Amino acid sequence: MRPVAISVDAPQVSENLRRKVGYTFTFLSDPNTEAIRRYDLLHKGAGENGHDVARPAEFLIDRSGTVRWANLTEDLRIRARPEQMLAAAREVR
Amino acid sequence: MKNWRLWAGFVLSIAAFISYFAFFYQFPITRDVPWVNFILFVVATVLLIAGVRRSQRKIWSGIVAFLGIAVFAFFVFAVTVATRRLPPSHGAPHVGQKAPDFTLLDSNGKSVTLTGLLASSPRGVLLVFYRGYW
Repeated sequence: MRPVAISVDAPQVSENLRRKVGYTFTFLSDPNTEAIRRYDLLHKGAGENGHDVARPAEFLIDRSGTVRWANLTEDLRIRARPEQMLAAAREVR
Repeated sequence: MKNWRLWAGFVLSIAAFISYFAFFYQFPITRDVPWVNFILFVVATVLLIAGVRRSQRKIWSGIVAFLGIAVFAFFVFAVTVATRRLPPSHGAPHVGQKAPDFTLLDSNGKSVTLTGLLASSPRGVLLVFYRGYW
């Protein structure tokens, strides 16, 4: 299973975060909220200075492109835990 | 200090607020339900009320207690109402549906598609949408 992080951050901002924290997985930039809107995750004006951002959400997608597990939190503070995501990934062959 | 209960309660109330974001937020067990901070706030409130009771200057001590309890109230609002204001996202892909494809730049400025990611990931892809730092 390959983790891919998506936000409205510019590539350079994500690269700085990636380097700082030491993440090795892919970070994608969606400054125009194209993918975020396609997944209906746009949180209008919720960022700094009324910037549109993505609401937190996680999707596990199998090789055929089918969603196998999805988590849309009801509370910004509460995200999927690593154990939950790993358990979901174990189900996908 | 003459009225240590009042001031200890006030300082503890501020500390209970700040420590959630500065420390307890890092751990799921104290983040998802902020029970440690609720306990600290309850202790702070008891100290504030005790402080007002023993105080000779009820108005001043009352204002300090009010401010301390207001911090508690704001914390409860922040973790129960404010962070739950999310868009409905009814159109988000459900389990069993095809995930919409996209083309985005990665952090090195390289163009990446979901189809391309899936082709090189036999065990699938975990998309994690996050708010970012803007």
